[in-house]
Amino acid sequence: MTHPSHAELARVVRDHAGRLTASLVHLVGDFAAAEDLVQDAIEAALTHWPTEGIPQRPDAWLYTVARRRGLDVLRRESRYREKLTLVAWPAEPEPDDRLRLIFTCCHPALPRTGQVALTLRVVCGLTTAQIAKAFLIPESTVGQRITRAKRKITDAGIPYRIPAADELRTRLAEVLAVIYLLFNEGYLSSGGRHAQSRDLTDDAEFLAALLHHLMPTEPEVAGLLALIRLHRARAAARFDHNSEIIQLQHQDRSLWDHQVIADAGRLIARAAALKRPGPYQLQAAIVACHAEAERWEDTDWTQIVVLYDMLLHLAPSPVTRLHRAIALRYVTGPAAALREVEALADDLNGYHLFHATRAELLRDLGHADQAQAADERALTLTANPAERSLLWQRLNWT
Amino acid sequence: MKYVLMFVDTEQFAADLAAMDEAERERAYARVRQWFADHHDKITHHAHLMPPDTATTLRLDRGEPLVTDGPFVEGKEVVSGYAEIEVADLDEALRLAKSWPACPVVEIRPIAS
Repeated sequence: MTHPSHAELARVVRDHAGRLTASLVHLVGDFAAAEDLVQDAIEAALTHWPTEGIPQRPDAWLYTVARRRGLDVLRRESRYREKLTLVAWPAEPEPDDRLRLIFTCCHPALPRTGQVALTLRVVCGLTTAQIAKAFLIPESTVGQRITRAKRKITDAGIPYRIPAADELRTRLAEVLAVIYLLFNEGYLSSGGRHAQSRDLTDDAEFLAALLHHLMPTEPEVAGLLALIRLHRARAAARFDHNSEIIQLQHQDRSLWDHQVIADAGRLIARAAALKRPGPYQLQAAIVACHAEAERWEDTDWTQIVVLYDMLLHLAPSPVTRLHRAIALRYVTGPAAALREVEALADDLNGYHLFHATRAELLRDLGHADQAQAADERALTLTANPAERSLLWQRLNWT
Repeated sequence: MKYVLMFVDTEQFAADLAAMDEAERERAYARVRQWFADHHDKITHHAHLMPPDTATTLRLDRGEPLVTDGPFVEGKEVVSGYAEIEVADLDEALRLAKSWPACPVVEIRPIAS
């Protein structure tokens, strides 16, 4: 028997954990109890499978363990016991119930930290320990967030269902925000990431793909999925062998996954055909402009500025204006871009990229001293090792 | 499930209400009455409270009961009324609260069963 790899284990658990939880919620009628049973089964799987191998029917294996634990734990509650004994696995194929699971985990009555931890545990099947490691926070903190979130679901009467049509837009935005946060967390920490630690960008892509599968006519879901895939398709070129950031213009574009980039482009086009533009579709379109350019010099900056204007129209934000200014540098030149950047000083004075961008533009315009001061200010504002290292290099060049 | 909707007044809301003329204010009150009428099947009990300057607070954990003038929390946002409702779940409570036509903050709390 071959021992399954870390990634293979994660993938198999993730493919089945959410489905199993959804089935058990249906069965025992209680979200928190079902979630406990599945978590027990996952812990058991992570103990047995690395040495015994992944069973042929991982879903049946997990179900059997969850059911046995259920019978033990809930012996006193005859109501649950009857329900659990009644059902054999595999049950009749039923519609994928994971959508309810996702909307419950991301209910706006839960704090963001609780939504994130619960989604990872319930929908992706991560253990509390894996979540703690991925976010570099104590396991007890994650445990507490999950306990509190589950208690609130029960005590406050948060329903286990897909929101009604008139609430869907705001509720879906909440779910997408959770997935996007997970993606960013994974993406930003990927430089110094330990090979054994969880790749949250992979979980974010899984969630976005699952949501897209369950809600194929929601263009913003497709937009977020395309955005995540476009970033991940270029991940191999982002860092050198010393975990130093390689800036976009210096990346080896032959390392990008052009098949994934082309597929994401088609996904964006299909979403656009639904004629409901949104921030994720526009961000994906901007990233696609970069990803589809064969060389740095071929980048369609005019199109990028137009897309940023549309994005600012839908979701005004100083950070988006900063990114627009960066693109503007290649359309109307560094002086115009610098004027735009300077206008953001009040809003973004505490943001390292504001100072780093200012530094680049000042350097372009020949103001080396001011550029150096801006880079130094940027350096004091970021803790990310790869970003710090990039700023250091720049300071040493000048 | 049973919940209490706590209606919270802000200084701005009180000022807006005070600035209204008689007819406007009557229309505002009528909207509130209409809301209670529209949802009477879900509302089991409700009350509008007198302003916080009518409050008296009693402290019982410091030896002799201590009577003080005013509300126990001095704040710019004060509970001005409540409605006890019976609905299926939090989403239904939220839906009801979203249609509330008066003060700008509503806190939703489940009643302990």
